[in-house]
Amino acid sequence: MGCEVYITGVGMSAVGQRLQRDPLLLTLDALREAMDEAGLTIEQIDGVSTYPGRVPSMGISPVGVGEVIEGFGIKASWRAGGGEITSQLGAVVAAADAVRAGHARHVMCFRTVYEAAGIARPDEYPPLPREELDGYRQWLAPYGANSAANWIAQYATRHMVKYGLTREQLAQIALTDRKNALLNPRALVRKPLSLDEYMSSRMISTPLCLFDCDRFTDASTVLIVSAQDALDEVSCTPIRIAASAGSIERSSWDQPEWMACYPTGRALWTQTDYRPEDVDTAQLYDGFSFITIAWLEALGFCDVGEGGRFIEGGHRIALDGELPLNTFGGQIGAGRLHGFGYVHEAAVQLRGKGGERQVPGDPKVAVASAGAGPLATALLLARD
Amino acid sequence: MAASRPLPRLNPMNRAFWTAGAQGELRIMHCGSCGHFNHPPQPVCRNCLSENVSPAAVPGTGVVDTFTVNHQAWFPELAVPYVIARVALDAAPGVTLTTNIINCSPEEVAIGDRVRVTFEQHGDIFVPLFEKVS
Repeated sequence: MGCEVYITGVGMSAVGQRLQRDPLLLTLDALREAMDEAGLTIEQIDGVSTYPGRVPSMGISPVGVGEVIEGFGIKASWRAGGGEITSQLGAVVAAADAVRAGHARHVMCFRTVYEAAGIARPDEYPPLPREELDGYRQWLAPYGANSAANWIAQYATRHMVKYGLTREQLAQIALTDRKNALLNPRALVRKPLSLDEYMSSRMISTPLCLFDCDRFTDASTVLIVSAQDALDEVSCTPIRIAASAGSIERSSWDQPEWMACYPTGRALWTQTDYRPEDVDTAQLYDGFSFITIAWLEALGFCDVGEGGRFIEGGHRIALDGELPLNTFGGQIGAGRLHGFGYVHEAAVQLRGKGGERQVPGDPKVAVASAGAGPLATALLLARD
Repeated sequence: MAASRPLPRLNPMNRAFWTAGAQGELRIMHCGSCGHFNHPPQPVCRNCLSENVSPAAVPGTGVVDTFTVNHQAWFPELAVPYVIARVALDAAPGVTLTTNIINCSPEEVAIGDRVRVTFEQHGDIFVPLFEKVS
């Protein structure tokens, strides 16, 4: 084992829809907040990491590593950005590995999304091609299976038939998210949601209804990953990356029987002496609600197939429950921050900075995840 | 010819899959060395790394592995609701095709349903779709 690696400063820009502020400046807003928290200056940032790299179409990822290094004058001894890693949080794992190997001391990991603005401004952010489909989309889009909503929905259908998952159980993800979002001043959706509203909302792709889906968001999130021997430069409480796992058994949305979160979740516990029962709060991907249930099973909080019953009624995953879940509102409530929001919130909670949404009992261990299938990453985070 | 839908760009690797419907065949890349079926098609077998692979016609029957009824109009030319399904092919173990189940109402589709292929022509492209076996 080399040195330990820590999440130090975390930051977030304004979170909204159809923001006018340039996405590079949103990224700067998030970076400034992260550096302020850590007591670091731009001269001390010596690495940059992102996912999925620059993808201007539809504002999916308008800012890449190149724009950040150019834009902010960062002298980076290490950099990486790309989509072919183990999901959004693969960018954090890559940074942690680089720091552990001594390539950098403070890596700025970022994810800037601009999808609401991008879709509203197609001249600047053109849509993905509709014709002459290539790559993996050719196997899906001809069938009108154009969204991950369709791909994830099929896993949810199977859970309902095979294990008895109900819509009322599934609803607890969205209800919990939206309840927590009310306590997060930066959440995108700050309106209560009732079970009746959920049950009567329109279907997107059965069994996923409108409220099971996150919404296109404009925002940037920055997480600074720092080396143990650089912590004397840092003024905030460091959060140790106690374990990480990312797994792609197949790089396909429709061939594997199980989403990649299942092997990933199991692999996480082979990297650490912590056990699921040590986790004080879980921040688990919820781009579509069913994904969170899959992660709960994958990480061993309950048996495979028991996820629906585990969250039944919502008490267990509430802010004052035994496993407070997605305390910032998840992506369904807080906005589609695309994976980075979960680590941001884990750091906030482990530092006791959650304000109205603070998990009680001085939480010390959190799990955060992103993706589900075919890309998945899980991080175990601890305050020593 | 049916109404339009988003279509693939043909290349040497995917051509057999997307055009063999002209002969009424469903062709899946098959390994001549180990017998494994590889989908999506690729020039090497992912099971044994043999390059002795070629598209093979398989019986177009299978089982609905799972499905969803899509209600969101992603594409104006595709009328909603429609069924998106993963079909596990009888004769190509391990291969599932994302497809549509047609010629029945969405309420009639269930996991485990027996289905068979049918083709929808768009020029050179014959899109494999599936319908329930009654």
